[in-house]
Amino acid sequence: MRLAGAILLCLLALPLAAEQVVLGLSADRVKITATFEGSEVLVFGAVKRETSIPETPLEVIVTIAGPSRPVTVRRKERVLGIWANTDAVHVDAAPTFYAVATSGPLDKVLTEVEDLRHKISIPRAIRSVGAPMTVRNAQKFTEALIRIRRDEGAYQLLEGAVALDEQTLFRTSIDMPANLTEGDYLTRIFLTREGRVVSQFQTSIDVDKVGLERWLFDLSRQQPLLYGLMSLAIAIAAGWGASAAFRAFRQS
Amino acid sequence: MQIYLPIAEVSVNAFLLLGLGGLVGILSGMFGVGGGFLMTPLLFFIGIPPAVAVATEANQIVASSFSGVLAHLRRKTVDLRMGTVLLVGGLIGAALGVLLFNYLKSQGQVDLLVRLCYVVFLGVIGGMMFLESLRAIRSTRSGKPVPKRKKHSWIHGLPFKMRFRTSGLYISVIPPVLVGVSVGVLAAIMGVGGGFIMVPAMIYLLGMPTKVVVGTSLFQIIFVTAFTTLLHATTNYTVDVALAVLLLIGGVVGAQVGTQIGTRMKAEQLRILLAIMVLVVCGKLALDLLLQPSELYSLGDGGGH
Repeated sequence: MRLAGAILLCLLALPLAAEQVVLGLSADRVKITATFEGSEVLVFGAVKRETSIPETPLEVIVTIAGPSRPVTVRRKERVLGIWANTDAVHVDAAPTFYAVATSGPLDKVLTEVEDLRHKISIPRAIRSVGAPMTVRNAQKFTEALIRIRRDEGAYQLLEGAVALDEQTLFRTSIDMPANLTEGDYLTRIFLTREGRVVSQFQTSIDVDKVGLERWLFDLSRQQPLLYGLMSLAIAIAAGWGASAAFRAFRQS
Repeated sequence: MQIYLPIAEVSVNAFLLLGLGGLVGILSGMFGVGGGFLMTPLLFFIGIPPAVAVATEANQIVASSFSGVLAHLRRKTVDLRMGTVLLVGGLIGAALGVLLFNYLKSQGQVDLLVRLCYVVFLGVIGGMMFLESLRAIRSTRSGKPVPKRKKHSWIHGLPFKMRFRTSGLYISVIPPVLVGVSVGVLAAIMGVGGGFIMVPAMIYLLGMPTKVVVGTSLFQIIFVTAFTTLLHATTNYTVDVALAVLLLIGGVVGAQVGTQIGTRMKAEQLRILLAIMVLVVCGKLALDLLLQPSELYSLGDGGGH
């Protein structure tokens, strides 16, 4: 009877919107100022449901993805005694920042099929159409990309970092490094049961430069000649200023 | 204090940049080298994207060279005439160098070529200077007069002679123009001012007095690097003015200090120090090429296929 009830609840839960995410973010905009040192984003929320709590445990996955850019991964090999770049693999789109926080081990809270469908885990978030046939072990290049970015703190896998209370309230915090790329950071929340996604919610965090940073960046793109001349003028002025200051200092 | 650089899009320690600028500035003032060949690898090391490092470095060299050249002008150790002749060659060379650089880029492997260029040139120049200065120091110690360099060589047989009073030379303009062109080409490919090649070339090929060489080299470097800065700012958008300001505050102060140190030292000592520094950088780059790197893979922009 109980089993039948559980199955029934599962069936009820499967159609859309049986459980919904109500989300809060500590900031929906990250401002990059001159003294920007990275940012900690707090993601919290609650699960809204019309029915009673199903018996199979609820799991939560939070992902934050920065804008995707193409990347070329090169491998060095020894050629005539010198380490030189030889093979290269072009990755069509790799997020500049990607963090996955989960309430449990990723392989427990998410099945392979669902991962493939929603592109949640780090390797799935990277899109590569395929390496040229001449390259051996093309898989190694994608692994290297993930390894290098993970060491830089740009890719993070935070298993168990989502705290979940009473299968209803959840919260996690994600550290964003200082060298962020501007753009919309897609934030997704997945609710899973038995590895299947039962509900998802998405929003975006706006990361952009403000103040002096914004002004300089825009000037360098829109008026490059003026920007170049300004840089030179600053350089000449600083060079002259230091020279004059030193002479005054030596004479006094 | 961390500071976020708007073009490089990384956050770095402001004091670290000031210190690096100061250190390289001292060397620049002492030896008349722009310091680019030291600063550019250092900037790579602290995580500045290579394209931004090369372009911004050019801008910073303008400042430290200008600061240095003013100090030399007051002491009348700049041969403006020779500087102008070298500059004409330098600008032609830089334009040729940019063309060559773009061609090599389309063939891939430009990184490797730049490194090999560094190793070969630094090794040859550093080795030559080191041996020569060692010989000079040894002969002054033993009391024997320093053997004069050959007064008349094939260089003196060339046409278009010009008098360079400050350097005390009466030679053809062809060798200085050729030196300018070849330094310009190398400067554009290697992304540096070219002082570390120019200085030995002026001493050994043109026979200029060491004291004049430094100021004249700085004079020429200002114009070549200013040209490079504008080229980078308008085509690649890679000049980071915030990074440049931090580097040049340290750099201009350092250049003044360096010039003072330089005047108190003997020419041979100055040369042997520069030779040692050049050889150290060369050794480091050679090791990078020969030893197995800890990470075999590297990430680049998506543009390059």
